[in-house]
Amino acid sequence: MKDQLQEIIEREDVVLFMKGTPQFVMCGNSQRALDALRRAGAPVTAVDILPDPAIRQELSALSGWPTIPQVFVRGELIGGADIVEELEQSGELERTLTDKLGEGYHAEERVVALA
Amino acid sequence: MNRLEELLREAFPGGEVSVEDRTGGGDHFQVSVVSPRFEGLSLVEQHRLVYDALAAPLADGTIHELRISTKGAK
Repeated sequence: MKDQLQEIIEREDVVLFMKGTPQFVMCGNSQRALDALRRAGAPVTAVDILPDPAIRQELSALSGWPTIPQVFVRGELIGGADIVEELEQSGELERTLTDKLGEGYHAEERVVALA
Repeated sequence: MNRLEELLREAFPGGEVSVEDRTGGGDHFQVSVVSPRFEGLSLVEQHRLVYDALAAPLADGTIHELRISTKGAK
């Protein structure tokens, strides 16, 4: 599980670990993070942490971040819902995405399931 | 709620601390902290300090949901 998480975080441009899926969000804070990422046009890869409690345990051990959601850009923890919302409102989220991913970073969101 | 305020005041002496019970249910909180400890730190690092200060109530389930707002003192 830990290796799988590490691999997704390193492989995907923008990862959102959330409760539920973008189509069926199960938590207000996950919704807030998803909405902010959508407003910035981020190419979100969403991972639902609910199917297995081990996902959340391993993720928090890995990131040192106690709560869900968690957003990573190019392998780096950007923050939870509060930070992502704050960064989006100040325009800094788009700047970070442009810096790290280049101008044409906009892409479809997708969902990855952990086996 | 008072316990959260106490923990935050201990962790951020001389800072401005406020704790709001968002739903009235005693487990969804909005905390705001202004502290010189945050200066020069990224938002992730700032929020980590708040999580550290509230590690006990986060672990024992007192806090079901936490919203954080942080600022360095000017």
